Amino acid sequence: MTEPSTITRADVCAAAIADAFADDGEIFASPMGLLPMLGVRLARLTSNPDLVLSDGEALFLAGVPPLFAKADKVEGWIPFRKVFDVVAYGKRHVMMGATQIDAHGNQNISAIGDFSQPTRQLLGSRGAPGNTVNNRTSYWVPRHSPRVFVEAVDIVSGVGPQRAEQAGPAASRFNDIHRVVSNLAVFDVTGPDHTLRLLSVHPGVTVPEVREASGCGFHVEGSDADVPTTREPSMEELVIIREVLDPQGLRFKEVPRPEKEQQ
Amino acid sequence: MSIEAVIDSLEDGMTIGIGGWGPRRKPMALVRALYRSDLEDLTLVSWGGADVGLLSRAGKVRKLVYAFVSLDSVPLEPNFQRARQTGSIPEVVELDEGMFNAGLQAAAQRLPFLPMRAGLGSDVLVNNPSIQTVTSPYDEGFGHEELVAVPALKLDVALVHLNRADAHGNATYLGPDPYFDDLFCMAADRAYLSCEQVVDTAGLTYETPVQRLLLNRMMVTGVVETPHGAHFTTCTPDYERDEPFQRAYAKAASGTDEDWQAFHDRFLAGDEASYQAAVQAFAEENQR
Repeated sequence: MTEPSTITRADVCAAAIADAFADDGEIFASPMGLLPMLGVRLARLTSNPDLVLSDGEALFLAGVPPLFAKADKVEGWIPFRKVFDVVAYGKRHVMMGATQIDAHGNQNISAIGDFSQPTRQLLGSRGAPGNTVNNRTSYWVPRHSPRVFVEAVDIVSGVGPQRAEQAGPAASRFNDIHRVVSNLAVFDVTGPDHTLRLLSVHPGVTVPEVREASGCGFHVEGSDADVPTTREPSMEELVIIREVLDPQGLRFKEVPRPEKEQQ
Repeated sequence: MSIEAVIDSLEDGMTIGIGGWGPRRKPMALVRALYRSDLEDLTLVSWGGADVGLLSRAGKVRKLVYAFVSLDSVPLEPNFQRARQTGSIPEVVELDEGMFNAGLQAAAQRLPFLPMRAGLGSDVLVNNPSIQTVTSPYDEGFGHEELVAVPALKLDVALVHLNRADAHGNATYLGPDPYFDDLFCMAADRAYLSCEQVVDTAGLTYETPVQRLLLNRMMVTGVVETPHGAHFTTCTPDYERDEPFQRAYAKAASGTDEDWQAFHDRFLAGDEASYQAAVQAFAEENQR
């Protein structure tokens, strides 16, 4: 029997990510990273059975295999060239990482510093510019810190709603930055002037702690005391996470267990 | 034809498109030959992996067009990072992935540009001021939309690697993803195809669906048989990525100049046959 007292931060994050995909209906869920993959599969097995999943390479999965397991049943073909078609089609919700994210929901995965000669070259823009002006986009930040949450990103890869609006209706029509989930809290971008708004703090985290860990401001509805706590996963969800999707505990590589639980 | 004949036909300053995707089915035997060659001032157009890393390290790249550079299991390509952080690539065009695809499509269709949303509002347009927007002549209820006019990525030469080909340039991929190798060939004036195995034309559709025939001979200038020629990237189902070797590459690339020199001396100083022999010795060492 799983004791609720053993609910870890990683479990809370997985449920929060699943909630970001709960009302998506029958669209392609594209998670980048381990916790997003876990959260999306959790959503598919609980709140949104219509979600379309892939193996991250070229196959649509009919079933919901554990993390990194090979699919036993395939329902479609989604090579990279067809991913671009789905992006333009719009029936997709991507959850990307963010090396930087700013108060206006702009994201950077390209490089740190000046673009002409960066201090640290990262991946490049990848599909972030296209994702953010075509389909629903969320972000996952496994280590919330002032280096990630910044006033203004060095290079805008993913486009926030204010930048999209300034670029005109072709950019803003389908711009839909849905959630930013970190290891501390959940945000959206419906604060004043499309800024980050704190939706909830994870159990055991306080609003001042989130503020301390952020290099940019964010909007709080009412006072700090009014900010809700992120919900704990249900017993059903805990069983799915622990016994079906991630029995090896790979999630703890991204969001480590608190020290007291390792004893 | 031979690897050397392909390289001999190329010139300094050319724009070369390299097929595959990141660390997947890259024409690495041809890339290694480029690395060893005297060619310089190249413009590379690539879904970047170790191809970009190797050629940057060799100082061959005057201009790089990419949307990402990654080794997947090693997220960031150390030779590419080093080149960017030391400013050794004079001209850098970083595009959104969809824009990169649209640029190849435009070139393949002999169009000057294709319109799309991707890029709007992002720093891709800020960092590439030559990329223009285009206004729709139609109003579908959102005004005359202003879209990105993605310029054609016209190539002098394309280099791609597939699983099987006949001697005329008809070719199949046997893995799950064709990537964009057909577009690279069609965007280029000349296209060179390396493959795991040259077979009879009839053999191309023996026990494999005809839909896997990605390239036809109109699109291909020359064919080179290079067994294990995508190593150390994937060439599914013939072989998967050589992860221990890739780790050794990444370690050498992110180490000191001496570390890189040692890797170069062991694997990259000789021709393709000596590379494959050194790789085999490396694998045997690792098994012990």
